[in-house]
Amino acid sequence: MCLAIPGKVEEISAENGLRMGRVNFGGVVKRVCLEYVPELAVGDYTIVHVGFALSKIDEETAKQTLDDFRAMGVFDEEFASEAETFARAAARPQSSCPDGSCAIPSISEQAEKE
Amino acid sequence: MKYLNEFRNGELARAIAREIAQITTRPWKIMEICGGQTHSIIKNGLDQMLPAGVEMIHGPGCPVCVTPLELIDKALAIAARPGVIFCSFGDMLRVPGSEGDLFQVKGQGGDVRIVYSPLDAVELARKNPDKQVVFFGVGFETTAPANAMSVHLAKRLGLKNFSLLVSHVLAPPAIEAILSSPGNKVQAFLAAGHVCSVMGYWEYPPLAEKYKVPIVVTGFEPLDLLDGIRRAIVQLESGRHEAENAYERVVTFEGNQPAQKLLQEVFEVTDRAWRGIGVIPKSGWRLNADYRDFDAELRFNITGIHTHESELCHSGDVLRGAITPSQCPAFGKQCTPRHPLGATMVSSEGACAAYYNYGRFISAEELGKAASSC
Repeated sequence: MCLAIPGKVEEISAENGLRMGRVNFGGVVKRVCLEYVPELAVGDYTIVHVGFALSKIDEETAKQTLDDFRAMGVFDEEFASEAETFARAAARPQSSCPDGSCAIPSISEQAEKE
Repeated sequence: MKYLNEFRNGELARAIAREIAQITTRPWKIMEICGGQTHSIIKNGLDQMLPAGVEMIHGPGCPVCVTPLELIDKALAIAARPGVIFCSFGDMLRVPGSEGDLFQVKGQGGDVRIVYSPLDAVELARKNPDKQVVFFGVGFETTAPANAMSVHLAKRLGLKNFSLLVSHVLAPPAIEAILSSPGNKVQAFLAAGHVCSVMGYWEYPPLAEKYKVPIVVTGFEPLDLLDGIRRAIVQLESGRHEAENAYERVVTFEGNQPAQKLLQEVFEVTDRAWRGIGVIPKSGWRLNADYRDFDAELRFNITGIHTHESELCHSGDVLRGAITPSQCPAFGKQCTPRHPLGATMVSSEGACAAYYNYGRFISAEELGKAASSC
């Protein structure tokens, strides 16, 4: 729950008086609150936790960390849609079922198929 | 060692491991606080790359695991109410309460939603003025700024139908509780990098000084973790005990100032019960007087909660680092990810689940003992 994932700020706007951004996490795009890192500009990289930017990082760090987190399976938990999360909960009690009997294609596997 | 080839820079990792082996002259016990780090260590087999005698002890830093059973039961009771939209992060869905879990409440007709950000729950409250929208705000300091902003925004928007069921826990008091417990074996800590991205590490030098332990701020990737372990051992071997930052590309000493400012505005420090451990003084945050109207515990006034924990489950000892998961008599027998007895087996960041999922059913040493006793 406490992992923060690197992404690239693609667009900045205001919503409800909050500075918000579209952030791209290696292909997955989310709406992210930028209030806590006011220096962020379009094109910058930031680490994001549950929809909030927490600190600015450099591009090289961001790309390496993204690769590592993807390999660790972090993406599947952090960016699963509501429907995917419920499907996963129905199929297996927690996210890393060891016996494989309840394997659901992960987001990255699905992306590869498409 | 089968996972070693799967992560980037395996050769660099082996080089750090060799350096650790060269500088280590004695056995050391090092605790990583964070469940995400536990998961990374076990999955990548990092603990097996360390010299004999250097032992990683897994700490209580999985917020899913330490959320008190009583609060889970309250969540289930609120989620089951008609007219309530109960929002949570996905990892709370299957955490067992005394009877059932959130996923089962949904199956029985409760309106349980999974959101990416707490702001999504605020948006739901705006769109559903006839419903009470509750967000289940658990987590360490990393998650707190998001929850603080959600309630801050709800107040500014004048939303009367949004509330937080909040149980934030704090890392430094947990470290202090472990260090001051009788029989403590931990000689150094890896502090959680993303907690420190919010809070900085200004809270750690006094702890390192008082208890004479190195505390190394450490990231989550395999190389980060090995580097954090290496730096802790360098300090231990030279008799130093400092707060050190091994995650400089993300963490500063002061941390995120705007986030800390809003945290202060919204929360106040409180004693907090940790599942399996008990009450740790001043180890959590709750909504302060200005925001108490948004406290779901007060709004819904749930009574009649009688919690019952499994007597077979030793998750408290696991969370304190007193035993490894495989030393629990129920581990892998009565307690598996399919039939978890305690939260450390339910959460994917829990130490028991990490051990189970990556085949740490029984250590070679334990296997030897078992064989010799037959």
